[in-house]
Amino acid sequence: MTDTAEQCARELLARLLADIAPEVDLADARPDGQLQEELGLDSMDFLNLMIGVHEATGLEVPERDYPQLSTLEGAIGYLASRSS
Amino acid sequence: MGEFCMPSLGADMDEGTLIEWFVAPGDLVRRGDIVAVVDTEKSDIEVEVFEDGTVTELLVDVGATVPVGTPLARIEATPRSRVTPSPAPAAPAAPAASGPPRGVPTTSRTAGRVLSPLVRHLAEDLRVDASDLRGSGPGGVVTRRDVERAARASQGAPAPRRPPAGAGTRLRASPYARRLAGERGVDLHGVVGSGPGGAVLATDVPIAAPPDRAGSRTVDRDGDVRGAIARSMARSKREIPHYYLQTTIDLGPALDWLRRRNEDRPVTERVLPAVLLLKATAVAAAEHPALNGRWEDGHRPASNVHLGVAIALRGGGIVAPGIADADRLPLDELMAALRDLSARARAGRLRQGEWTGPTITVTNLGDLGVDAVWGVINPPQLAMVGFGAVRDAVLAVDGLPAVRPAVITSLAADHRTSDGMQGAAFLGRIARLLGSPESLDPPTPDHHDDGAIP
Repeated sequence: MTDTAEQCARELLARLLADIAPEVDLADARPDGQLQEELGLDSMDFLNLMIGVHEATGLEVPERDYPQLSTLEGAIGYLASRSS
Repeated sequence: MGEFCMPSLGADMDEGTLIEWFVAPGDLVRRGDIVAVVDTEKSDIEVEVFEDGTVTELLVDVGATVPVGTPLARIEATPRSRVTPSPAPAAPAAPAASGPPRGVPTTSRTAGRVLSPLVRHLAEDLRVDASDLRGSGPGGVVTRRDVERAARASQGAPAPRRPPAGAGTRLRASPYARRLAGERGVDLHGVVGSGPGGAVLATDVPIAAPPDRAGSRTVDRDGDVRGAIARSMARSKREIPHYYLQTTIDLGPALDWLRRRNEDRPVTERVLPAVLLLKATAVAAAEHPALNGRWEDGHRPASNVHLGVAIALRGGGIVAPGIADADRLPLDELMAALRDLSARARAGRLRQGEWTGPTITVTNLGDLGVDAVWGVINPPQLAMVGFGAVRDAVLAVDGLPAVRPAVITSLAADHRTSDGMQGAAFLGRIARLLGSPESLDPPTPDHHDDGAIP
């Protein structure tokens, strides 16, 4: 995992969230806070985020891995570690 | 000769503003086609015609605010023998069954893709060949966003320009171009059009100012949404004698079943737990007409379930558009319908049938972490079902304490049409359905016919 991969993951999340929840700013979210709570995402929003990740990267995040993406830093780490 | 009038899109609506025409004189329309967009306090609503015919005259200009019932267009009935296929070739007749419009009534199937008239018009305006697009909507449906994305992608290639329409001639511009111009503060008279006859298309409209993502209209609407909610909810509490019941439902079996069902599916085909709750509610509502219908000068039980879903708007406020025949939709279709409805509700663009049709509504505040919610019935409906957060709870299972995921489910119902006993039976039915989740997902026949009702 590199800083670049993390930066890419962060940018991807920011871009997807701009569509899903235009009013939120990723910069406002605490890295270790619950992503859904911090950004006011409901389960449909979260699913749309996962679909967006799939469309952008081809990555299928299985449901059992969702807890690993529940925080911003968790999501960035998860995506960065799986980017090629 | 018929007239297409400003529809009433809610008990509190006195007037509406026409914000877009999708038809022009000479166009053939079919019952169920979306022909215009009307601005109400809570959302833009795509309105439908209720007859087949030819549009002969548009009587109201875009931007005009007129009272409910004002004729908006003249439509000349087309003799049956002369009815020709609608603009999309090979498109079969839109479902024109009796009863309220379905949630997805205004779509025509072309080569396996479903394209609503709205999207078709947008594609024409933006000169996007929709048949080339991969749809991202439910079932591969080409959506407005797909078209807009394709249009943006093709903007790199300069379009062939035609000379401007001659001075003194009437400005020719597509409705979408006019709307964009309005949003961007552009005077279309100075714009060179690339459409037929020099008509200004949306792609020709210069980006004078970057379109505001949140949209100035949305911002303007906030106060309106609040006012509409205030009137509707005050009326509800003034007129409807609510009674309330609650029960705790063990979701262990339902969530286990759903996890297995989702396990091997790609992310685009997974079903959210909320959809199981909606489906169970809809199936139970179909069996309880005392709770499913309307109060309009008396009890008007509904023969189908048009399930309203409360959707929180970003920036505040709530809307509760409906999904038609939710009790009969297979889970995957219900999921697709919910996804589509949520996106459009938040974008402030709903369809007439979704807006006026709901016969019962569900509010699900589980994502916000509250244990329970007791709803305020959305008039003129008869009941509101509320789901709180799904939490691990200690329940007695087979005589032993067990930790299970559980949800507090509430019912707010109109005492004029039902009593606590019926309400209790209804909640009990929801609980039993969720206890055998496979019953909510029966195998679907190979041939799914929009119009067929088993």
